[in-house]
Amino acid sequence: MPAAAGAVEIDLWEQRMTTTERLTECDIDDFGRELDRIRDEVTAARGENDARYIRRVIAVQRGLEAGGRALLFVSVLPPAWLVGTAALATAKILENMEIGHNVLHGQWDWMCDPKIHSTTWEWDFATPAKAWQHSHNFVHHTYTNVLGKDRDIGYSALRIHPEQPWHPVYLAQPFYNVALAMFFEWGITIYDVELERAWRGEKSWREALTELRGVLGKAGRQVIKDYVAFPLLSGPSFLTTLLANLTANTIRNVWTHTIIFCGHFPDGTVVFTEDQLDGESRGEWYLRQLAGSANIDGGALFHLMTGNLSHQIEHHLFPDLPSNRYAEIAPRVRALCERFGLPYATGPLLQQTASVWKRVLRLALPGQGGHQAAQ
Amino acid sequence: MTSTALRSRAWQLLEMVTTPLLPSDYLDLFSPLRAGADLRGRIEAVHAETPDAATIVIRPGKGWRGHVAGQYVRIGVDVDGVRLWRAYSVTSPTNRQDGRITITVKAIPDGKVSNHLVRHAKPGTVIQLDQATGEFVLPKTKPAKVLYLTAGSGITPVMGMLRDAQLEDVVMVHSAPRKQDVIFRNDLHDLVADKSLRLVELHTDTDGMLDVARLHELVPDWAERETWACGPTGMLDAAEAHWAANGIAERLHTERFRPTIVVAGDGGEVTFGTTGKTVDADGATPLLDVGEAAGVLMPSGCRMGICFGCSTPLKAGAVRDLRTGEITEAEPGVLVQTCVSAAAGPCELER
Repeated sequence: MPAAAGAVEIDLWEQRMTTTERLTECDIDDFGRELDRIRDEVTAARGENDARYIRRVIAVQRGLEAGGRALLFVSVLPPAWLVGTAALATAKILENMEIGHNVLHGQWDWMCDPKIHSTTWEWDFATPAKAWQHSHNFVHHTYTNVLGKDRDIGYSALRIHPEQPWHPVYLAQPFYNVALAMFFEWGITIYDVELERAWRGEKSWREALTELRGVLGKAGRQVIKDYVAFPLLSGPSFLTTLLANLTANTIRNVWTHTIIFCGHFPDGTVVFTEDQLDGESRGEWYLRQLAGSANIDGGALFHLMTGNLSHQIEHHLFPDLPSNRYAEIAPRVRALCERFGLPYATGPLLQQTASVWKRVLRLALPGQGGHQAAQ
Repeated sequence: MTSTALRSRAWQLLEMVTTPLLPSDYLDLFSPLRAGADLRGRIEAVHAETPDAATIVIRPGKGWRGHVAGQYVRIGVDVDGVRLWRAYSVTSPTNRQDGRITITVKAIPDGKVSNHLVRHAKPGTVIQLDQATGEFVLPKTKPAKVLYLTAGSGITPVMGMLRDAQLEDVVMVHSAPRKQDVIFRNDLHDLVADKSLRLVELHTDTDGMLDVARLHELVPDWAERETWACGPTGMLDAAEAHWAANGIAERLHTERFRPTIVVAGDGGEVTFGTTGKTVDADGATPLLDVGEAAGVLMPSGCRMGICFGCSTPLKAGAVRDLRTGEITEAEPGVLVQTCVSAAAGPCELER
């Protein structure tokens, strides 16, 4: 690693490397080239089976959603409520994670199907696709884990890495993280308007208000659908349907919050300072993505329900490769890390979630939380 | 309230419950050919015509408005998971009883879509369709004497015409490398036996290429005939020159399947506005192909520089028209046809 002043964190990360030797600039270039090769291979192999995969997921998701909502028309009957709510929650999770998130990344643009394309897709989420694409695809995926640059929600709302200076407001973070989990959709929606940037004069209020209007329109349609239209259509099941939709949205919120927080915040992930970005080579960019991300172990169904964000490392290395391919390249990426002696953060869901919550609790208090001081 | 107003109100309510999707996103899953859907078709059968040509029988969706004999239809087919659009002449008559249409495709070397359709197309596959279009058609008042001058797959639009209208006096001069390469050979000979067609069949492997200047030896009254010609560029260029030299250019109607590419230059980096994608392009590949290969949703049409369906604002840089070599530079309001334009240095397209 070139001895940039901002590379303190990566130095700490490299201390955990399995080999005693530091990577030379040459090693980093090799590492980058190997990853490029994996990327090229997958790109060349994309084809009919991948297309069939995403269309099947979309068909299953729409079937689940339609079936779930149909059952909820008679949600006064407890079994119908239970099955309907479960189907709807599953459909919403699939829609947001395996379909929406990944389509909006352009993972399926290569099919040139206007119905499944990053420029045409709109998802079942309060924030409009376009607003989210900017904050997520561009800001988060470019400046991954760079403090002060990566606006991914955790970094601004929470003190999740010891390098972030403490403030008394963080004393409340265990509580508001619970609230954020429950209302995740709304947290992201409000956050994506970036009102604080208008406040700081980094963008005009006019721009912020135009965006806000767009968000309110989209969010309004979402609210009317789940909390007015479907309950009304359910007639005598009005209240139970309302409750079912609220439950499905909340399950989806807590689940996505959990998975996403496991992606960048468990032990083993590191943050960077802005000077890390100066003259960053392709290999160094890959290293930062690897160091800033963590996977979650699990089976095929689990990976599907996380939108394959359980392969967060592979996703951050190759954000626009089709998600169904991450599982297949994960062992190769891991083997590559072993070859270069690089840590590959992964663990079961429970362990990763516990690790995140330990940080949320510990770093609510001042101090480094047992970590070495950075200097 | 009128029934239309009522229906549109009901549709709005439906949109309210399917948001952010549309009702059609659900309906498409089980009824892709219904009225009101994007126009699609279902492949019902594939019949081999020659070793490398096949006729595809398509059941068009409810929105199909029919065609005029000689017109072409654009179809969007998924090849290796990628949606590719091509134009093919309709070869079925306009009055076909079962409402199906046929296209006849010849596999060309390196042709992704044509090879897929001829060798791998399966009945049951849903494809995207566009309404039929094209000016290569017979006039309302049928001419007394007609000449069809065709070669290779250039026979396809003419077959649509032959099957559609009974004309008094029709002569056809058709070239193909060998006997077994003649698409529709049996159909043609049936028409000959019927006395509704006079056919001059040339096998160029043995007979040599048709010399258009000596057409009078095959068809003495060629100059009196209203002529429709379709085939390779060389033949059409020669025909156009010959008819023009005889002062009867207005009697010749031609259809080209591919643009004539004469000039290529240095390429450049192309940026596509809507996705922000940037790709290196060479100076010979049409920007439409460059964009599609990069997964950009490009507007497209005939892919031969005729229909302007692909016209896109050029925001920056310069492009070269592959047919003429002419350079177009970006200015407000300047549109370029991406199917016949290549990068001439770095450039940016609106989409």
